[in-house]
Amino acid sequence: MCLAIPARIVAMDGESATVALGGVKKCISTALLDDLKIDDYVLVHVGYALHKVSEDEAEKTLALFAEAGLSPDDEGAPA
Amino acid sequence: MKYIEAFRDGRLAKKLAAAIRNEAAGGRAYHLMEFCGGHTHAVFRYGIHDMMPENVHFIHGPGCPVCVLPVSRIDHAIRLAEEHDVILCSYGDLMRVPASGRRSLLKVRATGADVRMVYSTQDALKIARENPDREVVFFAIGFETTTPPTAVAIRQAAAEELNNFTVFCNHVLTPAAIQNILESPEVRRIGTISIDGFFGPSHVSTVIGSRPYEFFAEEFQKPVVIAGFEPLDVMQATLMLIRQINDGRCEVENEYRRVVTREGNRKAQQLVADVFELRRYFEWRGLGLVPYGALRIKSSFASFDAEKRFAMDVPAAAEVPGCECPAILRGARKPTDCRLFGTVCRPDNPLGSCMVSSEGACAAYWSYGRFRQSVEPQKAERFA
Repeated sequence: MCLAIPARIVAMDGESATVALGGVKKCISTALLDDLKIDDYVLVHVGYALHKVSEDEAEKTLALFAEAGLSPDDEGAPA
Repeated sequence: MKYIEAFRDGRLAKKLAAAIRNEAAGGRAYHLMEFCGGHTHAVFRYGIHDMMPENVHFIHGPGCPVCVLPVSRIDHAIRLAEEHDVILCSYGDLMRVPASGRRSLLKVRATGADVRMVYSTQDALKIARENPDREVVFFAIGFETTTPPTAVAIRQAAAEELNNFTVFCNHVLTPAAIQNILESPEVRRIGTISIDGFFGPSHVSTVIGSRPYEFFAEEFQKPVVIAGFEPLDVMQATLMLIRQINDGRCEVENEYRRVVTREGNRKAQQLVADVFELRRYFEWRGLGLVPYGALRIKSSFASFDAEKRFAMDVPAAAEVPGCECPAILRGARKPTDCRLFGTVCRPDNPLGSCMVSSEGACAAYWSYGRFRQSVEPQKAERFA
């Protein structure tokens, strides 16, 4: 029910926008967000953009995952 | 797809699993409740469960709006469609949920009721515009994630004077439910359910922010880590929870920073506050009456409230005998503890809401084959 997917804005018109996701285009409402622009990534839930996706924070989280690999028993541990 | 594939990288998952094993090596047990059905599914779908050491236990919480909706509310919706002859618009999630008398929205549609599946509240508004001679009711369910879109629709209907549109409001609130679980006798009485920490909701938190959980961390001394629904998010959050427990910290940490801030989406919060107010009590399946655990439409928008427009005296509904959904929703039982699970209750013929909802714990156990394993003895002790 709370599932939401990140999608890129390709067109905007007032309180609605067209987003692209893996080749699929969909018209959504942007009534819940201000200051959006083309090429922003937004989290889409039941046809509404809920939040902007922060590229910067996404990179930092990915870097955090990679850091976990530096723990002592990284190599050779069964997974 | 950007922001999805990178968070499903199997190579990184192995590294995170190794780090978790390393940090959890101290010998104690870690009981971590994932509040959201989305987390439960990530745990099973991506095999995270199998990568965990034996002392790390996932406890499945009530975070599935379809699962916690009392049967009587679906009975209400069916009565609206059948007796009041409305066009009932519902998210697909609710269509197959069993109501009283083994009926469902899908079954009453087959017998002539006008039930329409919608993807968005905008679709429901469109149906109302196209059918000015019919009453159109939107069957609104969901947590804080799904509430702002309903608020937008009600405001839009008011602005357009779309007077044939109403909302049957069943929106519920996560913090109230978490508090209810923490205050339940099963959690307070030692030895029934042990919870050492929480995975905080993903998309609920994009709206409400991380701030509302600070109370739980402080008041109940439980660490909370807000986590995304992708497998690496869940694993990283597991690692963060284990570290907090090891250090004796009870903080709110945010793993899902790419979309969750401390403040959340203020505009969405304001829209919700304009349209909805707290209900003093609302019944949650599994948790019973949760004080201030749900929303109703404010009197200023009363003309868009289906509960005000249509007489709604539906008797309380009985649970299916033998169905363990209520205990499963509290984390007190596992799906495999239910004698209906996999015998008479299966996704093609669901009896309980945890099986019918694609996010329910029973559906997760069934879909990803966990029921085929015998009950793991080392993980059974918390239910002893």
